[in-house]
Amino acid sequence: MIATLMKAKVTVMPKQSVLDPQGVAVRGALEHLGLSALGTVRVGKLIEIQFDDPGPGSIEAIEQRLHAACHELLSNPVIEDYRLEIER
Amino acid sequence: MNVAVVRFPGSNCDQDCVHALRAMGADADYLWHKEESLGAVDAVVLPGGFSYGDYLRCGAIARFSPVMRAVGEFAAEGGMVLGICNGFQILCEAGLLPGALVRNRDLHFICEFIRVRVERGDTPFTSRCDVGQVIEVPIAHGEGNYRADEATLREIGEHGQVLLRYCDADGAMTEAANPNGSIGNIAGICNRARNVFGLMPHPERAMEPRMGSADGSLLLGSLLDALALR
Repeated sequence: MIATLMKAKVTVMPKQSVLDPQGVAVRGALEHLGLSALGTVRVGKLIEIQFDDPGPGSIEAIEQRLHAACHELLSNPVIEDYRLEIER
Repeated sequence: MNVAVVRFPGSNCDQDCVHALRAMGADADYLWHKEESLGAVDAVVLPGGFSYGDYLRCGAIARFSPVMRAVGEFAAEGGMVLGICNGFQILCEAGLLPGALVRNRDLHFICEFIRVRVERGDTPFTSRCDVGQVIEVPIAHGEGNYRADEATLREIGEHGQVLLRYCDADGAMTEAANPNGSIGNIAGICNRARNVFGLMPHPERAMEPRMGSADGSLLLGSLLDALALR
């Protein structure tokens, strides 16, 4: 039995190897605010997906489909990494 | 020569493309992105704009439009596909071209005439140009910073897939002449089979001297020449 309320959280971050101009700009602004000894600052995004009714199928099957969606849509593997968390 | 210019919600260079292609003698017409078939076309253009408001990533959602399956099949069969600006981003997101386009180095949206050097003249998209020719065309984008991993860069280099690079008036690929931070000053690439081409500059906005430059007609003209030979 799958819980009726399930939430998936996808964190998408620019790959370490890809220059993140937004992160660089935010870092500069943080220094302006007086924060010092800053390392790298990176800006990513958080996507929350709520399931009202996950429907039939195991959590594992849904998780697998979510991974596929992360790979094809929610992140671009050329420039980004993602992390998928499922809250039940 | 039938050329379909795909309209996504948020496309805004579709009319310019249709006008430019018609002015050059092609039978260009609009194709709504919900269409599942391209019909009898000789080439497809994905125009510039902000498809789906650039939500998630530029081109990330447009790539799932129904028409894109047909575009993919058309490209696989050797059909000519040209992606301009947002169209280039969509082609990368769809995996029809390698790499990705990220935020400009200096974060600004840049709308200005720039120069690019033509790297090859033996493709259907550049045949009217000489190798090393410097052409002037405008760019208008916030995410035109071309990125790819080292293996991909090596591969597109080995197969001569880089067709345009940002350069100065003398054709030198300097950092100062690179408007957006693209790796290797890359402004336009094609696939290995050379029937899919994506570029950030807008050839359709440089079609006659009174527009500031007529160099864009070299690129669109090359495409129409190639279609005429088929």
